[in-house]
Amino acid sequence: MEALFAILVGLFFSAAVYLMLSRFSIRIMLGIAILGNAVNLLIFTAGRLTREVPPIIPAGVDMLPSGAANPLPQALILTAIVISFSFLAFLLVLTYRAYQELGTDDTTRMHDAEPEDRPLPPLGY
Amino acid sequence: MAAPVADLSAAMVTTPIPPVHWLAILPVALCISFGALLLMLRSSPRLQAWIAITGLALLVLLDAALLRQVAQNGPLTMVMGRWLPPFGIAFTVDVLGALMALAAALAALAAGVYALSDATESGRRYGFFPLLMLLISGVTGAFLTGDIFNLYVWFEVLLISSFGLLILGSERAQIDGALKYAVLNLIATTLFLIAVGILYASFGTLNMADIAERAAGLSGTAPLMTLACLFLLAFAMKAAAFPVNFWLPASYHTPRIAVSALFAGLLTKVGVYALLRVLVMLLPTERDELSLLIAIVGALTILVGALGTLAETDLRRLLGYVVISGIGNMLVGIALGTADGLGGAVFYAMHSVVLMTALYLLAGEAGRRGGSFSIAALGGLYRQSGWFAAISLMLFFAACGLPPFSGFWPKVLLVKASLDLGAWWLAGVILLGGFLLTIAFGRLFLFAYWRPSPLPLPPVRTDWTVGLPLAALTILVIGFGVLPEQLLQFARSAADGLADPSAYIFSVFPEGAMR
Repeated sequence: MEALFAILVGLFFSAAVYLMLSRFSIRIMLGIAILGNAVNLLIFTAGRLTREVPPIIPAGVDMLPSGAANPLPQALILTAIVISFSFLAFLLVLTYRAYQELGTDDTTRMHDAEPEDRPLPPLGY
Repeated sequence: MAAPVADLSAAMVTTPIPPVHWLAILPVALCISFGALLLMLRSSPRLQAWIAITGLALLVLLDAALLRQVAQNGPLTMVMGRWLPPFGIAFTVDVLGALMALAAALAALAAGVYALSDATESGRRYGFFPLLMLLISGVTGAFLTGDIFNLYVWFEVLLISSFGLLILGSERAQIDGALKYAVLNLIATTLFLIAVGILYASFGTLNMADIAERAAGLSGTAPLMTLACLFLLAFAMKAAAFPVNFWLPASYHTPRIAVSALFAGLLTKVGVYALLRVLVMLLPTERDELSLLIAIVGALTILVGALGTLAETDLRRLLGYVVISGIGNMLVGIALGTADGLGGAVFYAMHSVVLMTALYLLAGEAGRRGGSFSIAALGGLYRQSGWFAAISLMLFFAACGLPPFSGFWPKVLLVKASLDLGAWWLAGVILLGGFLLTIAFGRLFLFAYWRPSPLPLPPVRTDWTVGLPLAALTILVIGFGVLPEQLLQFARSAADGLADPSAYIFSVFPEGAMR
């Protein structure tokens, strides 16, 4: 099960990197969405995927029985899902505004903050 | 049927918490509650501004009390929900964290006062002051927390607030800059999250003191080198180190000056702090192996920053490259890893927080007086006001690292540490970077201040909201330079605490670690 998930995580990461290498902002956003999910799956898998051993600490012991799925990574990704979801929502609106204001979704043509023909500093006066 | 009574003493803190321990959590609690209060008062922008200033002033006092407490009695730990660490999320404050939090609060107060006149009406209505408070809560939380996943959460808090601040005016350039800033910074925090996930998988704990204690025993069995590289890349992106620095000059000049000043003072330094905390304290063996790489990255960052400063015409973009050059110096300190090197990096971070905030406020005032931010168009500022020119020159000297201002001592420490290790090329790069910055600032002074203005400039009165923070920060810059003993001592004890975290660990686990 973990091996299968590890391959899936790898596929997610490669798809995310491929999309983020694009110069079009909407593809970059899709890449970021997949990247966030790739990380969540990675942490989920790292905490073991099993239903055979119930994650209940027996009396007199203060640790989970070995082989049980660790519940903490699942709590971590719950936090991370909420955060990455809100960031994605913000970024999608920002991308849309950028498309409206700048008239392009091609990042190589977004030159409002850094104009291409910036003058060099004066050499003398 | 009575419920079974469990003995909680094995899982919870049962002894009463000394009142002074609340100091560890109060700065963050103050910022968040003021942020919430300001959000409720969004219909009365004037009141909002004054409450925000009061909150920031209180924060400075709290952080100063915290620093005093930590410097006298060693690190301070407070655990959320009274769960015993490593299960409860711990806030652990040592000298490094308290020092950085105090500097951040001072910079935020200065920028907040400046914003009284700089933040536009619409900017205030869109929530400048609540976002400012939440940004500071994120920064302070990152400096004070003792839990690495909690550090990630604070990174996200400060990141989302910084997005809001960056696009307050909704101008074209702001949206363009914000897009690049947002994407690259989000990728950096995602890398950080990957590293935290792998770290938990190998250590089984997220508490920094716990990690520091186990790291030595795990080398060889866990992929610690992979972890260290991931952390290095993620935090270097946050700190805008050379090859991953391009988001900074693309975005820092677009927002209002108060926002630029705040970002330049605080955000990159959070990245440097995280590098210090994670690489130096948690993974010291791996830092040692990576030191050559960090040194090369630091040296290139210094040079790229200095050359960028030389090549820029716009005053605000020029200052963005000065920030980058400073980050390079701090990275060199981390690469050296000796007491002097780390002390130099901590001192440089303090100096940079104060100085970069002051320089951006100065640029805002120069732009207001001269009517432009371009070196080619500015002129006659010296004739217009000698005082303003004097303050400018002092801050420029501090940025170049000339005595007797604050930039001098960290560079002395760093050059000495490099020569002690025989890394003469690093010392050379630090000095060359300072030399190039001196040329760039000399030229700036020549054109913007000494050159006669093309148009007669009217005499301007400086508003107190500009003059007061600028004067206060300049006094700090001079004070750090003339009387550096106290700060040097703090920087040394912060560096010692990183190199030998036993006091930090003892504060979290007074009875020795579990298991």
